Amino acid sequence: MTGERALALSGASRPRLPRGVRLKHDDVRDEWLLLAPERVLKTNAIAVEVLKRCTGEQSLDAIVDDLASTFTAERSRVDTDVRTLLTELATKRLVDL
Amino acid sequence: MNAPAPSRPVGLLAELTHRCPLGCPYCSNPLELDGRERELDTASWSQVFSEAAAVGVLQLHLSGGEPASRRDLVELVAHAASLGLYTNLITSGIGLNQASVTKLADAGLDHVQLSIQDSEPQSADHIAGYKGAFARKIEVAAFVTEAGLPLTVNAVIHRANVRRAGAMVELAVRLGARRVEIAHTQYYGWGAKNRGLLMPSREEAQAAIEEVERLKASLAGTIVIDHVAPDYHARYPKPCMSGWARRTLNVTPSGKVLPCHAAELIPGLEFWNVTEHSLEDIWNHSPAFNAFRGDDWMREPCRSCARKSIDFGGCRCQAFMLTGEAREADPVCHLSPHHHVVETILAEARGDTGEPRAYAYRRVRPSPTRRREGHDGQHHDAHLDISAE
Repeated sequence: MTGERALALSGASRPRLPRGVRLKHDDVRDEWLLLAPERVLKTNAIAVEVLKRCTGEQSLDAIVDDLASTFTAERSRVDTDVRTLLTELATKRLVDL
Repeated sequence: MNAPAPSRPVGLLAELTHRCPLGCPYCSNPLELDGRERELDTASWSQVFSEAAAVGVLQLHLSGGEPASRRDLVELVAHAASLGLYTNLITSGIGLNQASVTKLADAGLDHVQLSIQDSEPQSADHIAGYKGAFARKIEVAAFVTEAGLPLTVNAVIHRANVRRAGAMVELAVRLGARRVEIAHTQYYGWGAKNRGLLMPSREEAQAAIEEVERLKASLAGTIVIDHVAPDYHARYPKPCMSGWARRTLNVTPSGKVLPCHAAELIPGLEFWNVTEHSLEDIWNHSPAFNAFRGDDWMREPCRSCARKSIDFGGCRCQAFMLTGEAREADPVCHLSPHHHVVETILAEARGDTGEPRAYAYRRVRPSPTRRREGHDGQHHDAHLDISAE
């Protein structure tokens, strides 16, 4: 299910964290966390880089371009990873697409 | 007792007041409620929030009673937001208006959790013990979404509304909620007092669970459904509080710090107060917090059980209430030697007749003529965990 939906996601959509979902660096634990209603999610380094770019300003395509060049990674792979992550978070209503 | 070194707390439930216009018969507040004169003042609560942030608390749940009964609510939210705390308002909606909701949003509130008693207005008002509550809540839901705040609808399920669990999910969608909690009643405090009138039959509970699970799948991406199943019907107990004193603290209106909202019903526990100790000191050293940390306190069948790190033996409060000894396994567990107590209670649960019920409404002072003071609902902590994504 997630795979199909990820492919259906438009490259022009501008993902953003809705109000009520915050990416926060917790200085006490020295780690990045995603704070959401009744949830605290640990985020890995890649997810943090993706989520930092989900401001509603950049398109999905632009985010993928940016990540691929910043981390000198294969674009198609980055594209798949970003779509999978965002689709999963959108299903949990943690990201608006 | 050698309790393990505690991890840092993730959440703090601040019961700002026990005052509440509603009288919900399953209220998670204790039977003996703090009056207004015993409530911590603004400066004391602000100090608690500052200490909470310093010790590692990430999410602050402003609850009650009805937190909007506090005149300093906006000020408290602003202070919590300035500390970077994720602030969640748990409210009945009664006492809020469009202006106050907007002020709360501007002060930095992150999220609102609004209780709904039923999808049918008349039944909802009867459950709340407050005429007009339902209509007002519908208005408040609109104030919340219009202010741009994310809304969670919280519905406690029991015999009077169990057949409308799905309808309450659909109501939450119509109200613009991004998330809904469908939580079967847990029997502590007022809930325990009213258990005979609240507990649905096994068939009704099962039908509601299946209906909500179906909606969970079909509404994925539209609304998140957090489903708290009725633990009496389960095979294993719930991992209560994700383990005693592992994740969360609960501060009462008068400043007493508890590992969970029901902990005071266990006799012999020594609770410390924020007016006498720092929150960090309480978290690390108060006798009540260390009473059931780790597993040294466990008896059989928990002690040698492979699931002891999964469910932590279930709920200490429930173990005490149903067996008279807090160290026993939660008797919800089919392995508990006291499990027959739960079986007996379940066997006595009756189906819904549709008749209005003579609840013992939650109220601050016992008086048979007053039915208008109460609380918005139960507190369910199942999702306060830090979970890996």
